[in-house]
Amino acid sequence: MGQVGNFDPVLTKHVREPNSFTLDFYLQHGGYEALKTALGKTPDDIIALVTASGLRGRGGAGFPTGMKWKFVDKKAEPRYIVCNADESEPGTFKDHLLMERNPHLLIEGCAIGCYAIGAKVAYIYIRGEFFHVQTVLEQAIDDAYARGILGKNIFGSGFDCDVYVHRGAGAYEAGEETALLESLEGKRAQPRNKPPFPAVVGVYGKPTAVNNVETLCNVPSIVSKGAEWYASLGPEKNGGPKLYCVSGHVKRPGVFEASMNVTLRELIDGHAGGVRDGRTLKAVIPGGSSVPILMPDQLDTQASFDAIQKAGSLLGSAAIVVLDDTTCMVWLAENLLHFYRHESCGKCTPCREGTDWLHKILQRIERGEGQMRDLDLLASISGNIGGKTLCAFGDAAVTPVLTTLKYFRHEYEAHIKEGRCTLPAPWRAQHPVGAH
Amino acid sequence: MSFHPKMAYGATFHKSSRQLEDEGPAFVYTPENRARFDVIIQRYPPDRRRSAVLPALYLAQDQQGYITANAIRHVAELLGITRADVEDVVSYYTMFYTRPVGKYVINVCRTLSCAINGAERVTEELRGKLGIAPGETDASGTFTLMEVECLGACDRAPAVMVNDAWHECLTPENASKLVDDLRARGEEALSGCHHVIEKAGGAGG
Repeated sequence: MGQVGNFDPVLTKHVREPNSFTLDFYLQHGGYEALKTALGKTPDDIIALVTASGLRGRGGAGFPTGMKWKFVDKKAEPRYIVCNADESEPGTFKDHLLMERNPHLLIEGCAIGCYAIGAKVAYIYIRGEFFHVQTVLEQAIDDAYARGILGKNIFGSGFDCDVYVHRGAGAYEAGEETALLESLEGKRAQPRNKPPFPAVVGVYGKPTAVNNVETLCNVPSIVSKGAEWYASLGPEKNGGPKLYCVSGHVKRPGVFEASMNVTLRELIDGHAGGVRDGRTLKAVIPGGSSVPILMPDQLDTQASFDAIQKAGSLLGSAAIVVLDDTTCMVWLAENLLHFYRHESCGKCTPCREGTDWLHKILQRIERGEGQMRDLDLLASISGNIGGKTLCAFGDAAVTPVLTTLKYFRHEYEAHIKEGRCTLPAPWRAQHPVGAH
Repeated sequence: MSFHPKMAYGATFHKSSRQLEDEGPAFVYTPENRARFDVIIQRYPPDRRRSAVLPALYLAQDQQGYITANAIRHVAELLGITRADVEDVVSYYTMFYTRPVGKYVINVCRTLSCAINGAERVTEELRGKLGIAPGETDASGTFTLMEVECLGACDRAPAVMVNDAWHECLTPENASKLVDDLRARGEEALSGCHHVIEKAGGAGG
């Protein structure tokens, strides 16, 4: 079920219960006590507590949250919390669960975050495709206002806090923090040059902390149970509870909460039920489509930020996509480059043009019309995108190409030599009509 | 024209495809939508009305089904920005339509986890059933079929989004049944299975 090993869930303990998303349920289970506790301390105390806990951002980069809050320029007014709920990294669906089944945890996290950095407004930027989640979240916010948990003079403390939901409209790039701020300002979701970082020049040119949903959901438990408790849940520098999204060719895909002591094997074989019957594991993407793949002999790697990085990949958004032996890796690269080509925001030339070129080459190799020199061309174009764009999208987009070339070059060569896809999967269309 | 000696320039994709938007009929918000707009605009600082462009466009699209030049003009006037500013946004975000779409827009997720669980077969079934290719609307104006990128429903793959509602764990058979249901029961058929999290793996659906 939701529990991995002996781990007692912190974020998703009650998500299966029928009314877990209501304010009454949340209050009955100790909800908003952390906010009361926080309001009794100074904002600097809260930042020190979060820093001591070692909480690292759950959106993908794993940057220490306490440090991010510390960097927020306290001289400029007003300041903002912007919650990144634009969950769009292929393979990721954890924030969806939190907002749909435990929305008050996020609201409490937003309010504590606002108090800590001296903001009065938090915007939750939610992707447009999560409309059914947005209605739950907005109802939760309305209920919180009605009980005086949001608004003016919260719990008689003199602290004012407003939380608003802002709906995106279909743009992966809006998940990049500066592109998200542009989108929130009513423009195209295209990244800004950094520095200045949002902590100094964020939304409306004001100091802003941009935090992922899961990150903010970790804050209330740190305030109520302490930094030491939090850090002790996982390995050093990888403390706290973590949500893992397991999807692909597994028997029981889903969100699993564990400490970062858990291994990829425990998550895939134990909790997601393993690869489907009669099939063997071919490769694993451990952190969303933007990170390098890991091979079956790396499954005993601990699913922590540091251990996955040491193994040659990244934990990213903890989106574990499991691929069985029916998966053609040339097709996989083509599928993902279709995604990146479509989602490239168009601001930086290497990414805008390069993703289109990569996709075209992959398409022709997949169709059996490639040539051996195309493999060098793929590597050359990838090398001219990675590290040459304003945001990390460029590096993300070339990863599926470079990682499949590294481990499965023989599949590319087989496509070219035999003039066809050598591994047509049973789950593909019976009469493919070509990419659109 | 090409920026690369071996590659044709992106003839179908990144090349500017700017078209003048359909003028459409005269457009102003209904009183209800104007009231909603007046609430939404309060969420942003008074000198940052432009922030409301996405919600303002959603209201226009809800009212008229798609975004016309007249709708863009109305939104621009309300926000105190230029028509070009609004058109810039409309042309960027995939959830705004600049041409009429069917009453039900079926968006099939085509990205990795849905694809390896059979999304192509769902699309194939819907193509056959509706007699239209992705990007097209049927002659009666009831259905539009689209292929979209990752919906964030990878644990319920393959997933489709019909208007704003999700339908998950699809097979060609139940995709076909969904179309029949929509024809028979209309919007009531838009339920989705995401509330049945007890059946899903992990901590929840």
